[in-house]
Amino acid sequence: MAWLGEAVIICPVALLCVLGIPSLLSRRLAETTINRFLQSAMVIGLAASTLMLCMMLPMKNPHVAVELGNWVSIPGYEFHIKLIFDRLSVPFVMLSYILCGTIFAFASRYMHREPGYNRFFTLNAVFLLGMVTTSLAGTIETLFAGWELVGLSSALLVAFFHERPAPVRNGLRVWCVYRVSDAALLIAALTLHHFGHSDFEKVLGIESWPGGRATVSEYEALVVGLLLLLAAAGKSALIPFSGWLPRAMEGPTPSSAVFYGALSVHLGAFLLLRVSPMLEKSLTLRIVIVCLGLLTAIYATIVGRAQTDIKSAICFASLTQVAIIVAEIGFGLRFLPLVHILGNGCLRTLQFVRAPTLLQDYRQLENAIGDRLPRLSGFWDSILPHGVRVWMYRFAIERGYLDVVIDNYIVDPFVAVFRWCDGMERRWTDYLSGGKSRESDQVTGSPGSLEEFL
Amino acid sequence: MKDFHLPWLELAILFCLVGGAWVGRLRNPHIARNWALLFSGLALIATTGAWLDFDYLDAKQADDTFHLLSHLTGRELLVMDELSAPLLPLAALLFFLVPLATLQTKVRRFSFAWNLVSEALVLALFSCLEQWGIITLLAVGTIPPYLELRERGKPTHVYIIHMALFILLLVVGWTFAEIEGGGGRVHSLWVIIPLLGAILVRSGIAPFHCWMTDLFEHASFGTALLFVMPISGAYAAVRLVMPIAPDWVLSSIGLASLFTAVYASGMALVQTEARRFFCYLFLSHSALVLVGLEVGPVNPLALTGALCVWLSVGMALGGFGLTLRALEARRGRLSLTHFHGLYEHTPELAICFILTGLASVGFPGTVGFVGTELLIDGAVEAYPYIGVAVVIAGALNGVALIKTYFILFTGTRYTSAVSLRIRSRERFAVLLLASLILIGGIYPQPGVHSRNEAAKALLKTREALAPSPTLPTPHHVEEHHAPEHGS
Repeated sequence: MAWLGEAVIICPVALLCVLGIPSLLSRRLAETTINRFLQSAMVIGLAASTLMLCMMLPMKNPHVAVELGNWVSIPGYEFHIKLIFDRLSVPFVMLSYILCGTIFAFASRYMHREPGYNRFFTLNAVFLLGMVTTSLAGTIETLFAGWELVGLSSALLVAFFHERPAPVRNGLRVWCVYRVSDAALLIAALTLHHFGHSDFEKVLGIESWPGGRATVSEYEALVVGLLLLLAAAGKSALIPFSGWLPRAMEGPTPSSAVFYGALSVHLGAFLLLRVSPMLEKSLTLRIVIVCLGLLTAIYATIVGRAQTDIKSAICFASLTQVAIIVAEIGFGLRFLPLVHILGNGCLRTLQFVRAPTLLQDYRQLENAIGDRLPRLSGFWDSILPHGVRVWMYRFAIERGYLDVVIDNYIVDPFVAVFRWCDGMERRWTDYLSGGKSRESDQVTGSPGSLEEFL
Repeated sequence: MKDFHLPWLELAILFCLVGGAWVGRLRNPHIARNWALLFSGLALIATTGAWLDFDYLDAKQADDTFHLLSHLTGRELLVMDELSAPLLPLAALLFFLVPLATLQTKVRRFSFAWNLVSEALVLALFSCLEQWGIITLLAVGTIPPYLELRERGKPTHVYIIHMALFILLLVVGWTFAEIEGGGGRVHSLWVIIPLLGAILVRSGIAPFHCWMTDLFEHASFGTALLFVMPISGAYAAVRLVMPIAPDWVLSSIGLASLFTAVYASGMALVQTEARRFFCYLFLSHSALVLVGLEVGPVNPLALTGALCVWLSVGMALGGFGLTLRALEARRGRLSLTHFHGLYEHTPELAICFILTGLASVGFPGTVGFVGTELLIDGAVEAYPYIGVAVVIAGALNGVALIKTYFILFTGTRYTSAVSLRIRSRERFAVLLLASLILIGGIYPQPGVHSRNEAAKALLKTREALAPSPTLPTPHHVEEHHAPEHGS
């Protein structure tokens, strides 16, 4: 079975190589060639993961560990690469292959003759590799590697239409949040190391998911769990990081569908599911997870109702479900959140790719009836006072002021402190030089600032 | 000590010196560049040969066969050991790639002769184990950038003040060390404090870092890049301070370096000009190397990580600097306050920019990943707060990097009357570095193993420390600082 497991991971690696290396060598691949590579990789990868599933079905304890050996081994340190195929990873990998394959087929027409066709699919190959690596990771370092690949491809795809400033600014915003998430995950990994663990099997027990018994203490579970929750919150756009999700809609619709409707946005929930035996060790941690999930669900459902574009409305609908999935995990459920992820992922992908034609259909309907489509008043309209409704509308249209709060209380003070330091350095070098010391002051561009950029 | 099959080290330095003298006589800069490339290419071949030979000999230390220099000076001046084995070809590679990637329009501004002389000094420095030899080479190495600044009519005060202070402290410190009986023992504060100061100044540890930003402001990008990129300050720390310093000195350097790593990463985020941004990015990474070196005696993993990061920073930030230099050659000094829209002109440079930048921050699949992992892992084992600070510095550097990528390569496409596409020599340099970064990232085991051996050898030099009668012994110092270690 090891060769099947290896085939699952080799497909995205090979795809990335055949798409990425020609870009580095300034060789442009034809669209048909790219499509052929995409189809082959998707079919082989999906077939391998399906075969793996079929071979695991008769097993009493469906848990297959594929050892890829030590990547680095020196006395006192080993970077072990191990893939785990179990009830959690196989459905997630298959979902990744199915949705990426569908979206690649859709995008091959949607992006036809678009400048950056090759770049789009290369970044998607990075994303697929990241997803498969994260899903199958048997150690926290391997998971971190996949996690970072997903983050990078997301940020660069949000900024795909890079001639306009808005996608680029939003791409940077997404990257900033992802870096916070990455840092939290890395610190969690280090903390686990500090407590003497790194292999999931050692931390979560060798039983097949979700039957593992964590070997960490309650205190260790709380510390590591909170860090992992922070990482998951960044990746799954939970409060207070929800502001990046509508911004990420600046990317091409196919990538929005597969990233923020289906796969990437569920990665935080996947992480929590993966470490779920550890969550059971700490009641405090589970309460925090439930609260964060419910708060985000309420936030997302309120904000989603006031969105003025269809992609943002869908992404907040998706976020509502992701937040409910997180709450379900906090409540101690395991298979329900997994099924919920699979269902929500498929539904939102469909909604995203249907969105452009749906608007066209609405227009045709309105033309046919000669009037606007009727807008039904909701339940809350009838029971909430006017003032509360206005306040909620403003709250929703400003997306809960989350970005403003982060800008005012984190970004602005941070920038102000370092600008002050920069000013002091200038005074010091001016003093030592006996005059103006900075040539770079004469290097001017159009007015702009980091705050505006962010 | 074993002998090489050929006098590789002497040949490498000789090629550079002869090349420097020959190229300095040429008036045509285009011809001068071709000759400079030939000589630095020969030096690169010689240093690579030395590295391979060293690996083949499986020695702890090796020196040149025939012992020509030894006969002249009476002692072994040029020696390769585990630490310097990969540093020499890396330095030679950087000194080869910078002139190679210099555009035709910029050849008049770059001194190829001084470049070769600087290369000879750096190669000699990395081959030297003698303390006074190291001090002399470090001191002489500060002259070529000064001459360039003076020749270009740029302000030199900041550079001169810092370098003079560095040399003075180094000489004073080692003079006292000699008076107290040389290496192999813990010395008094008269030795330690000046040497500590010298290392902080040369490594650009805050608040002594302003000379580096000033150098990047006024010198040519290539000269500034080649002066700082070998991280000679770290080499001085390893050879001069590490073997004689008590633990509290290493902790002090580590703490100051840690602060610099975070501070410089924050400063990189607010810079409005590309060279200054690069300088702070480099400062942050070179400080991380020092953090690992100083945590090393407590946890050897961190030392191995630091030595890996030293190599990865050389490759990654070397390539990153070359990419920025190539962009600057096309657009002049680069402001970071508005979009430049260069992607469509030079997609290869964009890919190289992001690849080298990500390698520097330890992105998975690149040469920096395992080194950074080891450094953080080892640091956390020793002092948890260091690991967290290193992660924060890495996160900030990552944000600064992508922000700069977006500013330089995205935005409305820049309209140019001339073609800005990548030239074949630049393409070669870019592809070579990209290959090294990716191969080192995918197959890191040999590099990490070699750095681990170097770390063991370095730690042995500290094991040989004899306690000083006038100072608290390392054992006492450890006891005194025990609560901090445990925190």
